[in-house]
Formats: sequence, C-alpha cells, structure tokens
Amino acid sequence: MIRVELPKALNCQVDGRTTLEIAGGISTVRDAFAELGRRSPGALDRVMDEQGHLRQHVNVFLNTESIRFLNGLDTPVPDGATILILTAISGG
Amino acid sequence: MSPRAASTAASGDVVVMVGTMKGAFFFRGERTRKKWRIDGPHFPGFAIYALMYDARGGKNRMFAAANNSFIGSSLRVSDDFGKTWTEPEQYPIKFPESSGRALKQIWQITPGRADEPDVIYCGVEPAALFESRDGGENWKPVEGLLNHEHQPKWQPGAGGLCLHTIVVDPKNKQRMLIAISAAGNYRTDDGGKTWRARNVGVRAQFLPDKHPEFGQCVHKVVHHPNNPQRLFLQNHWGLYRSDDWGDSWQDVANGVPSDFGFAMQMHPHDIESVYIVPIESDYFRCTPEAKLRVYRTSNAGKSWEPLTKGLPQKDAYETILRDAMGADSLKPAGIYFGTRSGKLFGSSDEGESWTEMADGLPPIVCVKTAVLNA
Repeated sequence: MIRVELPKALNCQVDGRTTLEIAGGISTVRDAFAELGRRSPGALDRVMDEQGHLRQHVNVFLNTESIRFLNGLDTPVPDGATILILTAISGG
Repeated sequence: MSPRAASTAASGDVVVMVGTMKGAFFFRGERTRKKWRIDGPHFPGFAIYALMYDARGGKNRMFAAANNSFIGSSLRVSDDFGKTWTEPEQYPIKFPESSGRALKQIWQITPGRADEPDVIYCGVEPAALFESRDGGENWKPVEGLLNHEHQPKWQPGAGGLCLHTIVVDPKNKQRMLIAISAAGNYRTDDGGKTWRARNVGVRAQFLPDKHPEFGQCVHKVVHHPNNPQRLFLQNHWGLYRSDDWGDSWQDVANGVPSDFGFAMQMHPHDIESVYIVPIESDYFRCTPEAKLRVYRTSNAGKSWEPLTKGLPQKDAYETILRDAMGADSLKPAGIYFGTRSGKLFGSSDEGESWTEMADGLPPIVCVKTAVLNA
C-alpha cells in the first residue's frame, strides 16, 4: 500500500480527506496521479493540467526526496512509500 | 482591509467590480454614486483578471475568473451578488488533449447577444476562444480559431499569449471580432467556422515588417452596439479607428501625449466618445510626465481632450492595464479605472471630475460594472 498526502492549502480532497491510500497496482508516481484522477477528478485538476503536467508551483516528493531529482512522474514507487504533494515557495 | 460580507442588493444599485492580483472587491453605491460600500476580498489570494455581470433573461449572475498559480484557473459563479460562489468540482474550461495545450488563465468573460441569454464566451491564455451555450455549465473551444493556420506562429506579448478582447456583433450572429496579444485582430463572418486576420493599417513596431498580416500586439478594442461596425483600438503603440468592422484601420492619435496604452472604454450612450489613459512608452510603462490623465474623444478620434479634475497631476507614476477601465449604463455615465498601484478612481459625470474611491488595493487588473436588476 502507498499513501498520497494532498495539499490542504489547495482545497484538494478525496471524499473529504487529504490522505489517499492506494492498496496496490502502483508502479510509478504517474500511476498514483492516475488513481487520484479516478477517485477525484477535481482534486487532480488542482495539481495537474489537462495535458498531464504538474502545475508550475506544485512540488511532489517521494518520501523526503523531490521527484524532480529522481525520475519525475516516472519515478518508481516502492510499497509503503508516501507521495507528498506540496505547494512550492513562490509568488509575492 | 478586513473581509466584509456582501451587502444587500437593491434594484438600480451600481456595482463596480474590481479584479486584483489578490482577489476581487465590489464597490456598491446608489444611483447618485456619491458613497460606496466595499465588500471583499472575494477569492483572497487569487488573481481575478475577468469579471462579468449578466442580467440577460432576468438573471442576476456574476462570473469571476479566479486564477491561482498553484491550482490553475477556473470560472466561478454567484447568483446572490457575491455572498456565495460556486466551486466546480472539475474545472469547466479545458483544452482538448489533442490540442497539446493547457489552460493558463481566463482573460475575458463576455456575454453573447441579448436574445441568446445562455451564450457566454471566454477568452483565454494560451490564445483561444471558448463558448458556452448553457449559461456557463459546459464549454467548448471554438475550433476554427483553435486550429487556425496562423496559430503556430502566434507569439506572446509581455502578459502572455492571451485572447483578451471579444467584440460581438449584436445584429449579425455570424460575426465576431477577437483580439490576441500578440497576434492581432481576427474576425469571423460565419459563426466561428473561419477567421480572417483584420489588421490592415495597424502597426507592429516591434517586428521587422511593420505591417504584417498578423502579429500585431493589440491591447484593446471597443465599439458601441448601436454602431457596431465602427471599432476603436488601443495598440502597443498606436491608436486606431475602423469604420468597416476591422477591414481597415486609420490612425486617430490626434493630440494625445502618447499613443501607447492599454485601457480603452466606449461611452455607453455616445457612439462618438471613447476614453483612454495614455502610457509613456513600452519601456517606461507609466503615465506621461507623471500626470494621471484620462483622455476622451467626443468626435470619434478627430481630437482628444485631457480629463484631469480630481486626478493627481504630480508624481503620479501610474499604470492602467487593458481591462482596468469600465463604464456604467446610467445617465450621466459613470466611468471608473484602477491602477497597478491599487488606486480606484470614479467619475459620475462622464469624466468631467474624478474621486478616489479606494487606495491600497492589490494591483488592479480588471474593472467592470453592473446596474443591478434586483
């Protein structure tokens, strides 16, 4: 099982919760986002655009490492991992 | 400024809807327009580039384009004057996957014709036109423009590649003109199936070819519904008029301190009168000579006169953006504009005199008005 922690600041929820637990069938971060979209298309809209790209100011971590420094959305996700979606430091 | 609840609406109330980089603020006044009550911010933290009040079909509906750099851009609706807003589960305006494009921002919300109360248009970035025929529930891109042969060569202006202006022909349902920065004007005469560039006479100062078929950086186009074929255009350098629905354009920068600028507003009742706020240059995007001056033509561009009573004429380094000017429909007409420095000015006598309605707002990007049906 893996966990996906959704950003509270973005009103991004699945069934009223900001934690998504996925029992199996997830190989990569991309798979996890696809499952997020199946469970809550609206939550996916808030972190990813209609072309499947992460929004500019959204950061994704696999456990404590940014997927930017791993293999992006194709980063493998081991069982028991947590995918953390956070808002970036940006704006003014 | 603390958030305040929406006020009770009354029939005939005037609402000046102000979109800023940090939310929307509504200024509500009676028909005298002497005192204003402010409510807001609506959507704190969201940039509100487009607002619209829709009274067609007996509605009292407000639309807001709420854009947030974290979660993207969505269209929000209120039927109770801003007390509550819809928050669509899924975003209503999206590009088809096959287009390879993704919505960055909604720049304009424009009603369809009076006898089509459920038709609404949105201009967006990257440049495209979306249409709803069910009051804003469902949206589709206008394919003829989405797949236009020029589209791959369109280049963004400083604000992005945005479709920011939608001019609907109130009489001919097949005709509409849109403007894109920096692609110029395009017009359809067949209900959106095909679009032709309509930029003859409009200069592109920043290109090697100063008069290309397309590529102009048009900042705003306005017209009066009683004389729809006559268009006025504020360009990225250049002030123009067309008397033939954009087939050709003539320079009408007669007596203005600069023909660079963004905002342009048609007088609601007089087909000869238009308001602008000249800006010094594209390098120094502030009011010329540090004087905040609205210019008005009352003869369709043959001459322009400064309107300064009540406006700062010293140390006023202000910028007024393309959608930051509006007019109400009362007589005499109210004219309003906002600045990037967060000041809102209003005139209840058609620009003869001005008062500062607010200072200290976030940067203002949009000023629209409504005279309520309630």
